Amino acid sequence: MSKDAEILEEFTSKEYEHGWSVDFEADEAPKGLNEDIVRFISAKKNEPEWLLEFRLKAFRHWLTLEEPDWAAVNYPKINFQDIIYYSAPKKQKKLDSLDEVDPELIETFKKLGISIEEQKRMTGVAVDAVIDSVSVATTFKETLGELGIIFCSFSEAVKDHPELVKKYLGSVVPYTDNYYAALNSAVFSDGSFGYIPKGVHCPMELSTYFRINAANTGQFERTLIVAEPGSYVSYLEGCTAPQRDENQLHAAIVEIIVETDAEVKYSTVQNWYPGDKNGKGGIYNFVTKRGICNGDHAKLSWTQVETGSAVTWKYPSCILKGDYSVGEFYSVAVTNNYQQADTGTKMIHIGKGTKSRIVSKGISAGHSQNSYRGLVQVHKRAENVRNFSQCDSLLLGDKCGAHTFPYIEVDNSSAQVEHEATTSKIGEDQIFYCNQRGIDTEEAVALIVNGYAKEVLNKLPMEFAVEAQKLLALTLEGSVG
Amino acid sequence: MLKVKNLKASIEGKEILKGINLEVKPGEVHAIMGPNGSGKSTLSAVLAGREEYTVDSGSVEFLGKNIFGSSPEERAREGLFLAFQYPIEIPGVSTTNFLRAAVNQVRAHRGLPKLDAVQFLKTMKEKMQIVDIDQALLKRSLNEGFSGGEKKRNEIFQMAMLEPKLSILDETDSGLDIDALKIVANGVNTLKSADNATIVITHYQRLLDFIIPDFVHVLYNGKIVKTGTKELAYELEERGYDWIKAEHANA
Repeated sequence: MSKDAEILEEFTSKEYEHGWSVDFEADEAPKGLNEDIVRFISAKKNEPEWLLEFRLKAFRHWLTLEEPDWAAVNYPKINFQDIIYYSAPKKQKKLDSLDEVDPELIETFKKLGISIEEQKRMTGVAVDAVIDSVSVATTFKETLGELGIIFCSFSEAVKDHPELVKKYLGSVVPYTDNYYAALNSAVFSDGSFGYIPKGVHCPMELSTYFRINAANTGQFERTLIVAEPGSYVSYLEGCTAPQRDENQLHAAIVEIIVETDAEVKYSTVQNWYPGDKNGKGGIYNFVTKRGICNGDHAKLSWTQVETGSAVTWKYPSCILKGDYSVGEFYSVAVTNNYQQADTGTKMIHIGKGTKSRIVSKGISAGHSQNSYRGLVQVHKRAENVRNFSQCDSLLLGDKCGAHTFPYIEVDNSSAQVEHEATTSKIGEDQIFYCNQRGIDTEEAVALIVNGYAKEVLNKLPMEFAVEAQKLLALTLEGSVG
Repeated sequence: MLKVKNLKASIEGKEILKGINLEVKPGEVHAIMGPNGSGKSTLSAVLAGREEYTVDSGSVEFLGKNIFGSSPEERAREGLFLAFQYPIEIPGVSTTNFLRAAVNQVRAHRGLPKLDAVQFLKTMKEKMQIVDIDQALLKRSLNEGFSGGEKKRNEIFQMAMLEPKLSILDETDSGLDIDALKIVANGVNTLKSADNATIVITHYQRLLDFIIPDFVHVLYNGKIVKTGTKELAYELEERGYDWIKAEHANA
């Protein structure tokens, strides 16, 4: 056995007894970004030449771009040379019991109804072997393997399925797309890869939770999902538990390819650290998510519950290229304290008879600002397109803001495009009515907000929906009365 | 059960209640009548604890305790129920879910365990008969798109579910046709017991044909200016409020 292999062996077996996935302490890149750093990242990950080329092209393009400033968000200018672009996943500090965890965090877990074992997993407390997530993940992976479904980390996919990655990487979100997409393409750390073969109905929700090596994918995450003709998959991203990260800037890319008659449901619950009550700290979340309905009768559905991050800049979009393909966007975005969210979607109708539906529910509280920004575009040759958009804003208190920026571009007169928008406040009348029935104000707000967001929450997988409901209430705790 | 002494209350600096005295004992039904703007709805709002109103002086005891130290939800949990004149709509929240939250908070206050889904539905089925309410209605968003009659029936249904000690019906008869009125009145009468009491606030005598009051009070210009029995209601029906106004022109 070679020296390297020996070290690897030692580490893997050692890690296994703690029930954790392979992990190695590695050096960090120096601060800043230049071609050498890009090469360093690629070399560290043992990437093939074509991927390095992809990164370099993206980097060179990024240099020509200006940071966008059109979103309705304000934050101090980011110094991109003050960021470390590569550091190997660090081992989370091991704790012996939950008593060592920040009690505030435990309190939050309890309110969300997260099980003790799950709490341990998320805070790095050694987990019982029986429900060890690694072994769960292994069983899970075997079942998927039998169906020919590939679900692994992005790095694994590059090693094991380079032809697929090469074919689809950047095909929906090219590195030229926008500033953050270019940045991500140059320096992306890791992420997820999913591939559903022709005609396969994925029997379970694919969740990053069950993925081996999911821990610490870094601040520049990359997700690629390919659904071959006639296949179906429901994908879950994120979790309701609060996620803290020392990296303030997150710029992820999600690309989805949906072929003829295939369907992809992509659900997100995003609960990154939003900063404190005075707006200090918190994650900047600049994400590019886009999918293409490549074949006829393909369907792509985005559902998102956004409660975290100090600044959110995110527009999960559908390119409806195949005839009669369908795009959906269901969103609940909650902002409290000094959070800012500028989020929405783009529905690009290219194929004939394509349909899209947008349901956006913004909830603002505290001093926060919440914007919906959406584009419905109907191309010249897209006959008989239909779109329905519903954008509602709910305000709690009088120091927050809600904004709607709908853009509609129609180049074909047969299109039917409908847009409805409402703004409402949680009325004192509603709260009082609840109070008069014995319901305290906290629970009244939770009831009203969940009622308001119901149409979107109903689109989430069941167990996710229950947690998301609690999360909404928790995010708005103390915002009224 | 309820003792109101010289209660004065105002909204935005304008005095509405100018010294109300009222005592309600268990088992009694009191009717409060009066012309528009006399302060009937203000009285119910102040008793239920609406924040917009300022209590300037006087006292209110409910079940032997001063009410002014308690929040609206605490009063509700103690057993004070207000049937709203204009029930509020809460989109996306079914009556069932709303009531489940309410019933369980009230039960917790009374030291009772939460009802599980089965027990709750069973209780609901029983109480639904009292006001002849359709289960489909209870699955819909609370009061949203309900007809006037459905809203009022829903109020009485909620009352049945929450089993209050004192119920204040604020113009529950307004906007009801005679059939709906009978159903609502029948619901109230069914729930009546020796342990609870009802205050019926109304403009017209009509409702009092179905809910027989023990006392009738006339509220005018922020004061109870006359108290009598059921006969007083008939007199008011016949003669209107003008003679009361004339008698108390300087009140």
